[in-house]
Amino acid sequence: MSSSFLQQNGATILSLTIEHLWLTAAAMLFATAIAVPVGVWLTRSPAWARPIIGIANILQTIPSLAMFGFLLPLPWLGDRAARIAIVALTAYALLPILRNTYAGIRGIDPAVMDVAQAMGLTGTQRLFKVELPLAASFILAGLRTATVTCIGIATIAAAVGAGGLGELIFRGVASVDNRLVLAGAIPAAGLALIADAALGLLERRLRVPER
Amino acid sequence: MSAAIEFRNLFVATQQGRLLLDGISLAFDEGTTTAILGRSGSGKTTLLRTVNRMVEAASGDVLVNGRSVRDTDLIALRRGIGYVIQESGLFPHFTVERNVGLVLEAEGHPRAERIERSHTLLKTVGLDPASFAHRYPHQLSGGQRQRVGVARALAAEPNVLLMDEPFGALDPLTRAEMQEMMRDLMTRMGKTVVLVTHDLDEALYLADRIVLLSSGKVIADLAPDAFMQSTVPEVQAYLHAFHRGADQPAHGRKE
Repeated sequence: MSSSFLQQNGATILSLTIEHLWLTAAAMLFATAIAVPVGVWLTRSPAWARPIIGIANILQTIPSLAMFGFLLPLPWLGDRAARIAIVALTAYALLPILRNTYAGIRGIDPAVMDVAQAMGLTGTQRLFKVELPLAASFILAGLRTATVTCIGIATIAAAVGAGGLGELIFRGVASVDNRLVLAGAIPAAGLALIADAALGLLERRLRVPER
Repeated sequence: MSAAIEFRNLFVATQQGRLLLDGISLAFDEGTTTAILGRSGSGKTTLLRTVNRMVEAASGDVLVNGRSVRDTDLIALRRGIGYVIQESGLFPHFTVERNVGLVLEAEGHPRAERIERSHTLLKTVGLDPASFAHRYPHQLSGGQRQRVGVARALAAEPNVLLMDEPFGALDPLTRAEMQEMMRDLMTRMGKTVVLVTHDLDEALYLADRIVLLSSGKVIADLAPDAFMQSTVPEVQAYLHAFHRGADQPAHGRKE
């Protein structure tokens, strides 16, 4: 890539990267706010675990282009392309976070949970002092998978006009300009790698040593 | 002496309707240690767990310090009863100090008080706070973990201590050390202790009284001497099974 190309497009690349990050971060926030409480609730009502995780699973299998297309005609969502993108990305992020929250809490040593209950911790105390801290690295692992996936899927959000680095890719494809395609793809890949590494680091710090 | 724990015609059943406890009536005096023996599945652990309502009675009643466990607030009941299990159940993400002080933390006691109390308790169970308070459970040996488990159970100064095979997973030497420590603690603190164990020697060493369960029924409820001399066939079978190894020294004794 020539330096004149970067000079011309540098500002656009930067602002689209920020937009890309913003879309992904907003979706992660919503997905976490939904999936963690639902995951906790499922550990209390395990009969619901299969159907609910099944629904999240189905959402995951919808092709992303189709998902953006489905959401386009919806009244409030269709007004703003960014809304569509965030809703779609949230839907994709639900499964990994939900599944890991559920599995992380269910996987806690039963002896630990037994004592927590027998020593008179209330339900809330058990959740915040024992279950969530012990499942934290699992939940974060789910969030990490979701983030990396969504950074990739967010490039397709440009198809409905939501912006992000996909815009450069789509423009590049339309004008058969590989430099534009790369100008979108390289930062997107870089974001995914950085997010993966950073969240991986955090995940290792939260991991609780076994005996 | 009044009964610290009393079981009144207690029945417990599984959801499928199988009887786990079949009409248990017992009373344990305050400050005494009672060992519960019996084969696996005889209802020992179930009986223990009705005291802190980790298991609910189908009918009958359990009284702690004269009050039905059903009439006591569940959280308050459990906080007032120490609980020690074989796997220690220490919280792996907390230091030893925080593990021991967790009941006090849950009750909202100030941090300084919790730390002071947990250091005192660590000394009580033979661990030097200076070297152990800030370790995590995975940095402890099996015996040390059980000591922390005992310290934690004593944190809220309970009258009643429930111990479910507390030393069952330890090697014989460590187990003997723990039993000595427990005997010392019991005489000093005057707690009412219920000890579920598979180890007859442990029961004889620690308990004032031995209860033998079979299929959810009380077979024997005797002082250790009387238990050893009992002519009840089930008791004799139990004693014989336990001491079989001692009769055949040539083959050694299996754990």
